[in-house]
Amino acid sequence: MARSTPERRRKTLVKTLFGSYYVLFLIFIYGPMFAMFTLSFQAQQAGINFPMKGFSIYWWRQLFDPNVMGSLHQSLVRSLVLAIVVMVLTALLSTMLAMAYRQKFFGSGVLFYTIMTGLMLPGILVGLGVSLLTSALKIPPAWWFTGLGVQLVWSLPFGFLIMLAVFNRFDSRLEEAARDMGASEWTVFREITLPLILPGVISAGLFGFTLSYDEFPRTMLLSGESNTLPLDIYSFLTQRVRPSLFAMGTASTLFSVFLIVVFLVVYTYLSKRTR
Amino acid sequence: MVKGFPTAWLVTPGLIWLLVFLVAPLLSIIVFSFWTYTGSGMAPDFTLKNYVDYFSSPIYLVTLWDTLKYTVTVMFFCLIVGYPIAYFLAMQVETFKWQMALFLLCMVPFWISYLIRALAWIPMLGRNGLLNIALQALHIIDEPLTMFLFSDFGLVMAMVQLYVVLCVGPIFFSLVKIDRSLLEASRDMGASHFQVFWEIIRPLSLPGVAIGMIFVFVMVMGEFATAVVVGGGKTAMVGTIILNLLGIVQYPFAAVNALWLMLGMMLGVFVIMRLVDIRKEL
Repeated sequence: MARSTPERRRKTLVKTLFGSYYVLFLIFIYGPMFAMFTLSFQAQQAGINFPMKGFSIYWWRQLFDPNVMGSLHQSLVRSLVLAIVVMVLTALLSTMLAMAYRQKFFGSGVLFYTIMTGLMLPGILVGLGVSLLTSALKIPPAWWFTGLGVQLVWSLPFGFLIMLAVFNRFDSRLEEAARDMGASEWTVFREITLPLILPGVISAGLFGFTLSYDEFPRTMLLSGESNTLPLDIYSFLTQRVRPSLFAMGTASTLFSVFLIVVFLVVYTYLSKRTR
Repeated sequence: MVKGFPTAWLVTPGLIWLLVFLVAPLLSIIVFSFWTYTGSGMAPDFTLKNYVDYFSSPIYLVTLWDTLKYTVTVMFFCLIVGYPIAYFLAMQVETFKWQMALFLLCMVPFWISYLIRALAWIPMLGRNGLLNIALQALHIIDEPLTMFLFSDFGLVMAMVQLYVVLCVGPIFFSLVKIDRSLLEASRDMGASHFQVFWEIIRPLSLPGVAIGMIFVFVMVMGEFATAVVVGGGKTAMVGTIILNLLGIVQYPFAAVNALWLMLGMMLGVFVIMRLVDIRKEL
C-alpha cells in the first residue's frame, strides 16, 4: 500500500462524518412518523402532544367505531378498488406505449412530452382542468370515472419510464428468431416478449397501485359525492386533529410499507426467474 | 418488414386517455379564463374582465410571488440537505448491495401518503411539540417557542422533509454514473480533494441536480395541502387561492389564476434547463 496513514485516517474521518449525517437525515425524514406512531398509543384523556400520559389502545379502537370515523370503511374499499383498476390499466397502457417506442414513429416526440406532462404538472392544475371541463359539459364527476381518469394520467408516466428502461435492455434477436421459425405476432408476444418483460410490467402495475392509493390533489376535485381514503383523511385533518388520526396514519403507513415489501419480494423473485 | 404489433394499435388507447383527461382539460382552462362568471358557474363569452381583475388587485400577483419565494427557499434547502446524502451514497458507500439498501431506505417515504407525512409534523411543531421539548431539554431555549406550527418556518421545514427525497434520487443517479478513473487520475495529477469535487464531480452531477430541482420546483409551486395542514391556512399559496375560488364557484377566475401559475412554472423550468443542459443526461 502506497497510501500513507494520515490519508487513511482522513478517509475514515470523512466517512464517519458523512455516515453520521446520513443517520441525522434518516431521523429527519422518519422522526415525525415515529412520533406519530408513539402518540397513537396515548392515554385516553391526553391530547395530541408529548409527554405520553400512559399507554392505551383507546385511539386505535376508535378507528373501528363507526360513530367516530363515519364512512371510513367504504372510502377504504373505494380506494382499494380504484388502486387495483389503476394498477391493471397502468401496467397495460404503459407496456403498450413503451412497445410503440421501440420504433420511431410520427409524433413520438410530442407524445413523449404529453405523457411526461402528466408527471410534471401539479395535481391541482390537472384536477382543476377536468373539474371545469366536466362542469361546463354538465357531466357529474365520480371517483370511478373522472377520478380514475386523472389518476391514470399521474401513474402512466411512471409506468412508461419503467417500461422504456425495460425495453432498452431487451434483446430483440430472441423475437426475430421466433418470427423466423414462423411464430405469429401473438405467439411471439405470449411466449417470448411477455415472460421477459414481466418483472417490469408488474413493477409498473405496483407503482400504479401505490400512486393511486395515495393520490390526493387530483382526486380531491373529481371524486364526486363519495370520497376515497386520502380525501377522508384530508377532511379529518382540516377539522380537529386527535390521536385517532395518528392511529389511522400509522395504519396507512404500515400498509404502504407492506406494499413496498411485496413489491421487493415479487421483483426479486421474478427477475431471478427470468435470468 | 413487419416488426411487432402495429404502432397505431399500441398508441391509440393511451393517446385517447391523455387527450380526454390531460390535453383537453388544460386547453379548456385557457378557454374558460375568457368566460363570464354567472354566480352559479360560468357562461360562454369572450371577456378580458377576469384578467383585468387579476391585475387590479395586488393579492394575486403578491401570492404568486410569495409562492415563488417559498419554492426557491424549499429548493435551496432540499439541495443543501439532499446533495451530501446522494454524495455519501454514491461515493462513500462501497458495496453495491449497501448502496442500494441505504438508497431504498431514503426513498421509502416516497411511497407513503404525503398527507400522513404532513400530519406527522403536527405533534412535532406545536407549542408543546417535540421540537420545543427537545430544545428545552438541551437548554437551548428556556420558554417554548410559538414560531413552529402555523408559521413559515414550520411550513418550509415540513416541505423540505416531504420533497427532499425527490432531489436525492436524481443526484444519486448522476453521481454513481461518474467514471471513478477520472477521479483517480485527477488525484494522481495532484488535485486537492476540494478541486476534485469542484472541477469534476460538481459539473458532472449538475444534470441530476437540475432534474431534482425541477421536481421540487413543480411540486412546491402547486402545493396547497401542506399549507393548509402545517401552515394552518394562514400562508396563502396559489394552490390555496385556486381552491378557495373553486369553493365559491368562481370558475373563470380560478382558471386565470391557474394559467398564471402554469406560466410561472414554465418559465421556472425553462430557466433551470437554460442553466443546465439536462438532455445530456437523457
